[in-house]
Amino acid sequence: MISPPAASDLVTLRDVKFGYGARTVLRDINLTVPRGKVVAIMGGSGCGKTTILRLIGGQLRPKSGEVLVAGRPVAKLNAEDLFRMRRRMGMLFQFGALFTDMTAFDNVAFPLREHTSLPEDIIHDLVILKLQAVGLRGAAGLRPAELSGGMARRVALARAVALDPMLIMYDEPFAGLDPISLSIIGDLIRRLNDALGATSVVVTHDIIESLKIVDYVYFVSEGRVIAQGTPAELKVSDVPYVRQFVDGETDGPVPFHYPAASYRSELMAEIDE
Amino acid sequence: MNDIARMLRRLGGGVIDAVWRLGYASRFIAMVLAASGMAFRRFSLTMRELYFAGVLSLVIISVSGLFVGMVLALQGFETLQNFGAAEAVGVLVATSLVKELGPVVAGLLFASRAGSAMTAEIGLMKTTEQLSAMEMMAVNPLARVVAPRFWAGVISMPLLAAIFSVMGVFGGWLVAVKLLGVDNGTFWSQMQAQIDFRLGIVNGIIKSFVFGAAITAIAVYEGYDAPPTAEGVASATTRTVVESALAVLALDFVLTVFMFRGTGL
Ligand SMILES: Nc1ncnc2c1ncn2[C@@H]1O[C@H](COP(=O)(O)OP(=O)(O)OP(=O)(O)O)[C@@H](O)[C@H]1O
Ligand SMILES: [Mg+2]
Repeated sequence: MISPPAASDLVTLRDVKFGYGARTVLRDINLTVPRGKVVAIMGGSGCGKTTILRLIGGQLRPKSGEVLVAGRPVAKLNAEDLFRMRRRMGMLFQFGALFTDMTAFDNVAFPLREHTSLPEDIIHDLVILKLQAVGLRGAAGLRPAELSGGMARRVALARAVALDPMLIMYDEPFAGLDPISLSIIGDLIRRLNDALGATSVVVTHDIIESLKIVDYVYFVSEGRVIAQGTPAELKVSDVPYVRQFVDGETDGPVPFHYPAASYRSELMAEIDE
Repeated sequence: MNDIARMLRRLGGGVIDAVWRLGYASRFIAMVLAASGMAFRRFSLTMRELYFAGVLSLVIISVSGLFVGMVLALQGFETLQNFGAAEAVGVLVATSLVKELGPVVAGLLFASRAGSAMTAEIGLMKTTEQLSAMEMMAVNPLARVVAPRFWAGVISMPLLAAIFSVMGVFGGWLVAVKLLGVDNGTFWSQMQAQIDFRLGIVNGIIKSFVFGAAITAIAVYEGYDAPPTAEGVASATTRTVVESALAVLALDFVLTVFMFRGTGL
């Protein structure tokens, strides 16, 4: 029995299956992101978190199942409608993806210049405002090559929210940040979400930082959502997978290794030959 | 027997692959053309690429043109002298440059100087997800990144070929008149009398225009299609230079056949 998505849900993934070529990455993903909330998607490296964001953004199409944003199936939109929808989405890429031929300022100004006809002095003020919010007003004139990884991520964050989007997607916003900027960015994600009246999806494996700021968490493993709940529920959860994440243990249900032939047989193979 | 079957299979596979790639590339170029509005509406985008593809190629184009013209004059003078027609060296230099060497050599230089840079730049933008980010910002990378580069190449190639020819004629003049003592007046007047505007100059411009379109089409396609890795971009850059060179030489033959008037038919 398929129920229609509640009007209060901005993003719905229903029975989504996806793979690159023959390799299936997502087997059966079901999740919803209610309007106005900050939702985290967690899982080990390579479990398909970035892939989920690309599905929501319409850059990939599911093999089967549905991805709904604001009630509309993203994979069925034509190019024009898809672009109209993306204008209301902001995405922070895992590695920033800043335009290397532009300064930090011009990077943040890019969506404003492309999609609005605001006069340059207003664009200037808006960009400075966004850069100030991520603490990099002083770096406005620097080029991406002159920024550190963490700074680049913060500029990319300013760029992602330049148009005050309704949906903001963050791919690993915490990776490679020092502890101070870590909590600043965490705070920022929460404050931006609430101030803009937006909805946020945060992809991360930093559980400590994200439990402080998110409303709901989905755990993804082997192509499925295997656990979910509010931070309070997760802290007392006894699902082994969740415990491993919350307690930060290296061994447990989440394998450290990419699937492979047995280590012993691979090492011995040379000797056998 | 098995070997032959395997060879045939590989040949067939290769041909299908090549045809598939050609079709894919044509579709890509058609999409770039369809997305070209922005390149003209916001001409500053194209201006920037004109600077990188055109202005920055000026030095290599001018210097090469000068040397090619000087060599042509030296070689031509020797041969023509045997027939007592040494003053015709100006005609020889100008004809070879305007009809053939200008477009072809400028095209080859343009492919290795500007085409390779375009491929590398677009390929790296893809590798670092800049094109992906642009798409997510609802900006079409074909319109914003690829089309301005394509049109900059199409516009700058005929100009560069013309500059190449002018510098070549100047080089020829230096050698013929200043060095070998050909009469200055004869040098220019024969050139003026012998070179037909339509058959010589217009055909040369048509060639350089076609070469420019072919080279930049190859360059932007290879960049956009490059696998998003360091090796991917590296081999795409090499392919641009090789494919452009072959395309220029093959197209030159085809166009020359069409323009050929020598038989009087
Ligand atoms: N373009 C691609 N082509 C083929 N396979 C891919 C491609 N992109 C990702 N994959 C594979 O899909 C799987 C999921 O990738 P994805 O980038 O979504 O992981 P992730 O959860 O974001 O990992 P991380 O936390 O390391 O960023 C990976 O195992 C990867 O090998
Ligand atoms: Mg990822």
